[in-house]
Amino acid sequence: METDEDLLARLRAGDESAFEALVERYHPRLIRFALSFAPRWELAEDVVQETWIGLLRGLDRFEGRSSLGTWLFQICANRARSMAAREARIIPVDPEGPAVDPALFQADGAWAEPVAAWADPPTDAAEQAELIERIRRAIDDLPPGQRQVVTLRDLEGMTAAQVCEIMSITEVNQRVLLHRGRTRVRAVLDRLDKEVTHR
Amino acid sequence: MSKARPGWFPRMRAARGEPPLLCRDAVELVTDYLEGALGDADRARFEYHVARCPNCGEYLAQIKASVALSGQIDPQELSPQARTELTGLFRDWLADRDGRA
Repeated sequence: METDEDLLARLRAGDESAFEALVERYHPRLIRFALSFAPRWELAEDVVQETWIGLLRGLDRFEGRSSLGTWLFQICANRARSMAAREARIIPVDPEGPAVDPALFQADGAWAEPVAAWADPPTDAAEQAELIERIRRAIDDLPPGQRQVVTLRDLEGMTAAQVCEIMSITEVNQRVLLHRGRTRVRAVLDRLDKEVTHR
Repeated sequence: MSKARPGWFPRMRAARGEPPLLCRDAVELVTDYLEGALGDADRARFEYHVARCPNCGEYLAQIKASVALSGQIDPQELSPQARTELTGLFRDWLADRDGRA
């Protein structure tokens, strides 16, 4: 597969097929990321279209200090934020306090109920697809900040440093959002596992 | 001081009167642990607890499993319509750039 750097060089030379290859590689992922800001398809499409325009217009200025992927997601985050501001959406602040439900613990801080091991993941393709769909919905239901960080870290597989750069947040903030998001996704899977095993 | 073995150091801390890690607190350290953000002493204390508490051990395994499952979510495929629109966008940009040059 051609590297991003090679495609970038061809793009600068005005090669349409290089642009198409980058679109193929990044567009679906950028749409998913844009949806983590505002879960409306038309808005996400606008945001990502502006992202591509931002890439083309910024080509001369891009010095490759960060990777092309990080840069694209960064443009996308900035566009999505200003779009959200135009829509006058208030981004909720994450609540304080423990991420894990305190009701799961006794007064002495030990687990109230044993943490039961999950059943093995399904081998049947349809059940697998259903499980993945449930996780996708669990991530959709996260508050925006958590959803954005979980999308970049766990769906995109980016590093903490990349996420801090893309989202303009501190390392501590990144970890708090990731922790809360992962905690909630795990809790949904735990409930799902109990539904399945008690069926 | 020589490097502490996990398991040894927390006992020393306990001997100095520091309370052992509670399950309720251990679960809140999971992400910092996985991110490599705990200091040596806290990491040793966390590992000591998780190695001896089957519930917290299972909890940590479940967090790792749910991260791995999240990684299996694929983005939706690019629609032919979006592809055509974006190619048009590229052609406009190129014509504009080369027209100005």
